[in-house]
Amino acid sequence: MGRFVARRLASMVFVLFAVSVITFFIFNVIPNSDPAVRMAGKQPTEQQIEAIREEWGFNDNIFVQYATTMEKLFTGDMVSYFTQLSVTEEIWKGIPRTLSLAIGAAIIWMIFGVALGLYTAMRAGKVSDRLLTVLALVGISMPVFWIGALMNHYLGFELSNTLGFELFPNGGYVPLTDNPAEWAHHLILPWIALSILFIGVYSRVLRGNILETMNEDFVRTARAKGLSERRVLLKHVLRNSMIPIVTLWGLDFAVVIGGGAILTETVFNLQGVGQYAADAIGQLDQPPILAVTMFGAFFVVFFNTIVDIVYAYLDPRIRLEAGDSAS
Amino acid sequence: MSTDTLSSAPGVGGPGKGPLLEVDDLRVSFRTEDGMVQAVDGVSFDVKPGEVLAVVGESGCGKSVTAMTLMGLTRGPNAQISGTAQLGETELIGADDSALREVRGERLAMIFQDPMTSMNPVYKVGDQISEQILAHRDLSKAEAKQRSIELLKAVGIPGAEERIDNYPHEFSGGMRQRAMIAMGLSLEPPMLIADEPTTALDVTIQAQILRLLKQLNTERGLAVILITHDLGVVADIADRVMVMYAGRVVETGTLDQIFYEPQHPYTWGLLGSIMRLDRPRGARLAQIKGQPPSLIEPPEGCHFRPRCPHAFSRCTEKPELAQRSGSPGHLDRCWLSGEQKKTLRTLESGDIGLEDAAA
Repeated sequence: MGRFVARRLASMVFVLFAVSVITFFIFNVIPNSDPAVRMAGKQPTEQQIEAIREEWGFNDNIFVQYATTMEKLFTGDMVSYFTQLSVTEEIWKGIPRTLSLAIGAAIIWMIFGVALGLYTAMRAGKVSDRLLTVLALVGISMPVFWIGALMNHYLGFELSNTLGFELFPNGGYVPLTDNPAEWAHHLILPWIALSILFIGVYSRVLRGNILETMNEDFVRTARAKGLSERRVLLKHVLRNSMIPIVTLWGLDFAVVIGGGAILTETVFNLQGVGQYAADAIGQLDQPPILAVTMFGAFFVVFFNTIVDIVYAYLDPRIRLEAGDSAS
Repeated sequence: MSTDTLSSAPGVGGPGKGPLLEVDDLRVSFRTEDGMVQAVDGVSFDVKPGEVLAVVGESGCGKSVTAMTLMGLTRGPNAQISGTAQLGETELIGADDSALREVRGERLAMIFQDPMTSMNPVYKVGDQISEQILAHRDLSKAEAKQRSIELLKAVGIPGAEERIDNYPHEFSGGMRQRAMIAMGLSLEPPMLIADEPTTALDVTIQAQILRLLKQLNTERGLAVILITHDLGVVADIADRVMVMYAGRVVETGTLDQIFYEPQHPYTWGLLGSIMRLDRPRGARLAQIKGQPPSLIEPPEGCHFRPRCPHAFSRCTEKPELAQRSGSPGHLDRCWLSGEQKKTLRTLESGDIGLEDAAA
């Protein structure tokens, strides 16, 4: 186990390095991205542009620029080209918002995805199964920015006007520490918007797993042992069917934190890390983009490792180290 | 192997007691896209306490479906089941779920062909044995675990105290099957159905498992329904043999009756196709020509007629399972006369077999 973690740490360093290099150098080949020109404001003169280049080190050799940028990132000195605000600080401010969205949505989609998957598996082939399957597919097909925008507008804005009071808020975020009730109130629509896709996917995957597992020999043995149908379902069928779902959950959660919630955050104006990245992308502001990308990459690698460890715990046939075979 | 510390099954006497299981006219058919598959077509038999009944036949003859139907494992929306199967005071066919749960494991246990897939890979072997015990008995987890260890010892697994905490994939094939047998015995049922228990194992392990079953039969009076396609296995441990073909019982009798005075051409074919080590090499392996019939549209009359070189005009009339010749208790479904059977079953070589000539 120790060796496994050490290997993963080493690979994480490598991945982060690769991500930083690729992101950094992409910026140098994107057209119209010369930051000096854009920082100089309207109708810049050549001297102004040149002065900015000198000050920011844009004339330096590209490898030197890379090194300096990385140094600034890890010392917390990195600032946005355009807002001059500290990148690390902005990310730090955004983390609780992104985490609130991600964790809440992850719990919701897990609960409903599993419930729906179980329900449709039990009624496989019947009308209710087919209807709910269509519903799940619709959920998977709806882009989150579209459904999010619709919800925000109709359920947030329009509904409030019709009812005379704010049943659902019109976007925005209230910190948990300020007002827990309002915090949840503002997150309900974003949570739902983000969960819909995952509920659709998870219910389909679980349904398939359950139906497959029901035909396994060991389920037949469990019945032959005289166990109650309920016990067969929960302890034998579900326990085995859930393993892929749990690992999927870990991976999806990592992606959501790392920036997968970018669209939801923007639509609902939550000002989390994702929205910060979205704004930076719109401006081609390199430092924040670089920082958020690294941030996301870190979480993905981290959670991948956690997922692998959990998987080995859930399925005893899996061994983390190669060559760790049975007696 | 140790003589067990657990008591013998209750209600077991010697021969002379009433049958443990009485199956009468069992019929099972499945609705499929291509039509109704008549998997079991009027099967009747009984099993006495302490008896080993071997059910023999090729793949698709209905032997597994018969056994699984007794356990209630073939029920489903596409299955049609009729007939009776009386186990003691309980009627198995059509029994409700709670009655079935009471029977399963407690009065009738079943082990299956592939021990690797028959156990849940994510639970320890000991836990899976204890699970059955705890579901039927009022014991603590520790007591159940202790019982499981004793069971593993009784089936000859070395180092049972450590092995109890292993996972199925950490056992070898033969050990897994022994563990499955231990699981089957955990509630001390009077009868065990073993569905091709050695087919997935190699020959030396096969011998061990059969010896274990024989031992359990002798020492505990465990009745066994042994399903197999291998007559060699049968000869080892069976008291009585039931030969099935295309959903029907075509012959049934004691081991000696079946091996020395077989009455049905299909049985001759099975006996003739056993590989003989005491014969010179070079002769082709004998086989029964043709294929088993479709169970959706079986042949009229005797199901074996299309493959039988001795079929004659009467064979389009369905033969009933009756004692036609030979000794009491030796039943068959063949219209040939006793004399004809005696002559036709002996080939040139002097062995019993089925002629090669096609019908």
